[in-house]
Amino acid sequence: MNELLEILEDIAPDVDFESCDTLIDDGYLESLDIVSIIAELSDAYDITIPAREIIPENFNSAEAMYSMVLRLMDE
Amino acid sequence: MKNILEFLEATASEYPHKTAFSDGESSLSFSELLSLSRRGGTQLLRRGARRGECVVVFMKKCPATVAAFFSVIYAGCCYVPLEMGLPMHRIRRIIAKLEPRTVICDESSAEKCAELGYGDRILPAEELFSCEAGPELSAVRRKCVDIDPVYIVFTSGSTGEPKGVTACHRSLIDYASALCPVIGASPDSVFAMQVPLYVDACMKEILSAVKCGSTVFLMQQSLFTSPLNVLSFLNEHKINTVCWVASALTLVSGLGAFEEGRPEYLRTVCFGSEVFPVKQLRAWQAVCPGARFINLYGPTECTGMSFYYEVDRAFEDGEPIPVGQPFDNTDFMLLREDNSPAEEGETGEICIRGTAVTLGYYDDPQRTAAVFVQNPLNPHYPELIYRTGDLGRLNERGELVFVSRKDSQIKNMGHRIELGEIEACACMAEGVESACCLFDREKGRLRLYYMGSADEKELRGYMRSELPRHMIPAKFLRMDRLPLLPNGKIDRKALMEN
Repeated sequence: MNELLEILEDIAPDVDFESCDTLIDDGYLESLDIVSIIAELSDAYDITIPAREIIPENFNSAEAMYSMVLRLMDE
Repeated sequence: MKNILEFLEATASEYPHKTAFSDGESSLSFSELLSLSRRGGTQLLRRGARRGECVVVFMKKCPATVAAFFSVIYAGCCYVPLEMGLPMHRIRRIIAKLEPRTVICDESSAEKCAELGYGDRILPAEELFSCEAGPELSAVRRKCVDIDPVYIVFTSGSTGEPKGVTACHRSLIDYASALCPVIGASPDSVFAMQVPLYVDACMKEILSAVKCGSTVFLMQQSLFTSPLNVLSFLNEHKINTVCWVASALTLVSGLGAFEEGRPEYLRTVCFGSEVFPVKQLRAWQAVCPGARFINLYGPTECTGMSFYYEVDRAFEDGEPIPVGQPFDNTDFMLLREDNSPAEEGETGEICIRGTAVTLGYYDDPQRTAAVFVQNPLNPHYPELIYRTGDLGRLNERGELVFVSRKDSQIKNMGHRIELGEIEACACMAEGVESACCLFDREKGRLRLYYMGSADEKELRGYMRSELPRHMIPAKFLRMDRLPLLPNGKIDRKALMEN
């Protein structure tokens, strides 16, 4: 989880990833950020994030992203 | 024909109940759009609007905003579209420059307007549409001529001072007449508008609607955080025509959306504003085998798009897709640095002539005179051309191909960006003495080198509060000293190789 937070903070340092759970719904992250996050997560965890996973629910909080990553690593 | 309102009036009488604009939540038929616009125009005139005056429309992307644009046109005024997505410093500068007497706002911008101290100029959208249309509209109309301005759209300026491109009725009438047949706009066209309403790119959809009776669905930017949601939007609304920036198309195809589904109704896919990777074009062609693919190119200064190329052959990876040929009633020349015409196949600056050339930059004679110039090939009578600053050449088929920029203007996610504006913003931050912004074309990322005591995180935070996301550098690098050229300018080349 800490590694994930570091990745996210690198992409958008002024966003509070530790407590925010409306990252997409409230517009803290834009499509440009999502593209960077997907590229970074795919690299760091050696996973492929399919389009069906790229939905607001999976990116609204760091925790949601983390559980998505764990799920995809299992697959 | 001399006024673009004639398009709206004719279409509203032919297709009164057809949907003109919708955002999924609210929609306006052509007769509703006409009626609201006439009311709004009357209201502005009763508030004392004078012909040709600038009226700021600071609203979100929704059908009512389009009605506000046409209200301003009915009042014989010129609209200036702003939105919360614009850099704050640009909004402040635009309003300081124009000193508009009226800023039309909605719930998205009301708080910001009050905070910026525009209280007495604010006209809430509900109030704009609250009166009945009156006879003063026809009195104004009689005074209008076709070279009166319709809108002022602001673009990035290299000094940080934005430039207000001012376009008139005649250019827009000409644009609509040339564009609609090329993209096949008709009453059964259904558009999904991806671009914001504060850029001239949105005129493709607006003009197709009012001239041809097409229906336009407005897309919110947030939709583009999920490629599958974009796909379902296209299918749910039976979208058959899109004119998107290439990166929006790439976002859908590049993130694997076509493994899950395909756009079922698309018949025309226009792309532009930046290079569309051939690989992504192929991915779209594979899922829309019957569709036409059209590359559009043109500077804001020449009213929307000026050139088009309909894809008629296969391209190799990395091969440039041509920008093709100019629209009807638009001509161009490729000029060398000494203003002589380039030879066949030689690279030259793309210079555009014709009715499409806009009136120039608002209240900015100096920067206007630098690029809206006398045609150097015509010494006989006044004829203005626009120097795009883009370099191009003709390929062996006689199609125009974009080569590069003459200056430090770049395109990121379809947005036209002056690196100088990013640098100017960085230099306004506390603890920054000088800054240089570079664009890594391969990765599509901006890098900012700066000198000063400012902390990287703080600087990024400051810039995020001032600039939109596509202008925020991905990397901030503090240096003890920026490399300089003998003339004292920052040595960009040395930094690039860094």
